[in-house]
Amino acid sequence: MSLIELANIERSFRLGDSVVHALASLDLSIKAGEYVAVMGPSGSGKSTLLNLLGLLDRPNAGRYRLEGHDVTTLSSDQLAQVRSERIGFVFQSFHLVPRLTAAENIALPMTLAGIAPKERQARVAQALKDFGLDQRADHRPDQLSGGQRQRVAIARATIMRPALLLADEPTGNLDRHTGEEVINLLEGLNAQGVTLVIVTHDQALGARARRRLLMEDGRLQHDSAAAPDSPPISHAPG
Amino acid sequence: MRLADTLRFARDAALGYPLRTTLSVLAMSIGVAAVVVLTALGDGARRYVVGQFSSIGTNLVIVLPGRTGTGGFNPANVVTTTPRDLTIADAAALRRASAIRRVAPLAVGTSEISYGGRLREIMVAGSTAEFLPMRNFELVQGRGLPDGDWNSAGAVAVIGAVVRDELFGTEPAVGKLIRVGDRRLRVIGVLKPSGQGLGMNTDELVIVPVALAQAMFNTNTLFRILIEARSREAIPLARQQATEIIRQRHHGEEDVTVITQDAILATFDKLLGTLTLGVAGIAAISLAVAGILVMNVMLVAVTQRTGEIGLLKALGAPARTIRLVFLTEAAMLSSFGAVVGYLLGQLGALALRLAFPVFPAYPPDWAVIAGLSTALGTGLLFGVMPARRAARLDPVQALMKH
Repeated sequence: MSLIELANIERSFRLGDSVVHALASLDLSIKAGEYVAVMGPSGSGKSTLLNLLGLLDRPNAGRYRLEGHDVTTLSSDQLAQVRSERIGFVFQSFHLVPRLTAAENIALPMTLAGIAPKERQARVAQALKDFGLDQRADHRPDQLSGGQRQRVAIARATIMRPALLLADEPTGNLDRHTGEEVINLLEGLNAQGVTLVIVTHDQALGARARRRLLMEDGRLQHDSAAAPDSPPISHAPG
Repeated sequence: MRLADTLRFARDAALGYPLRTTLSVLAMSIGVAAVVVLTALGDGARRYVVGQFSSIGTNLVIVLPGRTGTGGFNPANVVTTTPRDLTIADAAALRRASAIRRVAPLAVGTSEISYGGRLREIMVAGSTAEFLPMRNFELVQGRGLPDGDWNSAGAVAVIGAVVRDELFGTEPAVGKLIRVGDRRLRVIGVLKPSGQGLGMNTDELVIVPVALAQAMFNTNTLFRILIEARSREAIPLARQQATEIIRQRHHGEEDVTVITQDAILATFDKLLGTLTLGVAGIAAISLAVAGILVMNVMLVAVTQRTGEIGLLKALGAPARTIRLVFLTEAAMLSSFGAVVGYLLGQLGALALRLAFPVFPAYPPDWAVIAGLSTALGTGLLFGVMPARRAARLDPVQALMKH
């Protein structure tokens, strides 16, 4: 069974008098454990797709089934609960809470979910160790390097053991070397079974994914799973 | 989200913006402190006046010439003119009433007093021997006015403590001859310093026999007749009997006003109680202003932390949790401000009491409770709108603002 099933999804925005179709008649199916890169020029609908997959946004039409359940009819509090339990987000600008320490930032999803402090502590300690942040537990974000911040953010995104990890340009604010580290980390998580969807316009990064989706004008232009032989993009980086 | 976590999260958020937090706590504390100090002043004034009235004697009924209304105390009585005068004979007649224990006629005027070349203006009160015990005056030296015929004008005087100090210094005063107006009087007693008593400072008073005072001021009328009822319960009867006796003596015309100490006390108590309430109302306005400031601060907080709110939503916080976090922060700001304000107010009241020891400036309990609960109430009330606004933010839009 597919983890994600999108059927005939439409999403349009009203900008003044004109209507912009961010997503139009989109069909997409992603299996559990897949590693998918979503690529395309800015304004192609990548971010809208990611927000939709992450239940932060609702489609105007169409059906979205997550783990077999139709999530388009859920209330916003029910969506929040699904986000809390099943989905992790990694953002380009990290989105750490500046007044909280690394450990507190990692614990935040558990705090919001009302998990007991004792269990929180144990899981945060484990996460700090797994992500090589043991020495940084009590540091606030402004005392951390970019790579460390993104590692804290990834630890936070995975602390609730989600089925789906959504990363929006996770290396966009990082230099090549730390970006590489972060991608290795995400791929490692994917290897452990987490479904990983990365939005990027970095060709090299996109090429590493097992499945590549190319978006253009709100439509799925190319899906490497549907046509595995043809290269996703004709003009190779260079 | 657990309660302890919500509290900690709100506290950290408040501490994350120290200036903003300090200012709103300050505003709230000024509001509460204003309520505490102003009501302490108002209630202190009430206690002070009530205390003053109580100190003029116990179970007192006062007869004053002139008729106003059907009863009660009217400040106009004090300055009203006299249709038919009260006389010493009127006062003497009251002594036969069953509910009346003692009677003291009172004639008042100002005169000059001199001794050894020193001269000063003083107030002269003409009365009888029972005046001193009725008014709770105590003597430090000598004795009081002679008991006996009220119409005999013995040339004696009891002087107040300040008069004694200024005229005699360290010399003994009792037995000395002084000049009051054009009379020579012998000092027979000195009053204990008290410094209080209804605008008439007893320390600067000279008390002489009532007939002498009338002769000095060339009149045969009285300023007041003081009556002491046999007991607290006998006060209404004493009042009724006094009115009846004077009416009979004045050919059936009820041309005097008889007031009781209790009525005056009740009037002042009510008057100053209302004043305190009014002052508390004015102070409450500053509390409302502080509440609006807390709302403003929370609205700024929602705008400043839009990105954070978006993140909390992405991490799975339901609208209820976000509302609660912001409401808790508003409640914390106002309750902390209320506590600080309460302490500041009590400190202010203490300072007032230290500066004016005779003035019992204690804030009444009702004002403290009302002030604190209004602070909390406005803080919560004005915290609702920002909290709802935060909870309603669109997560996609909110996440873009970082």
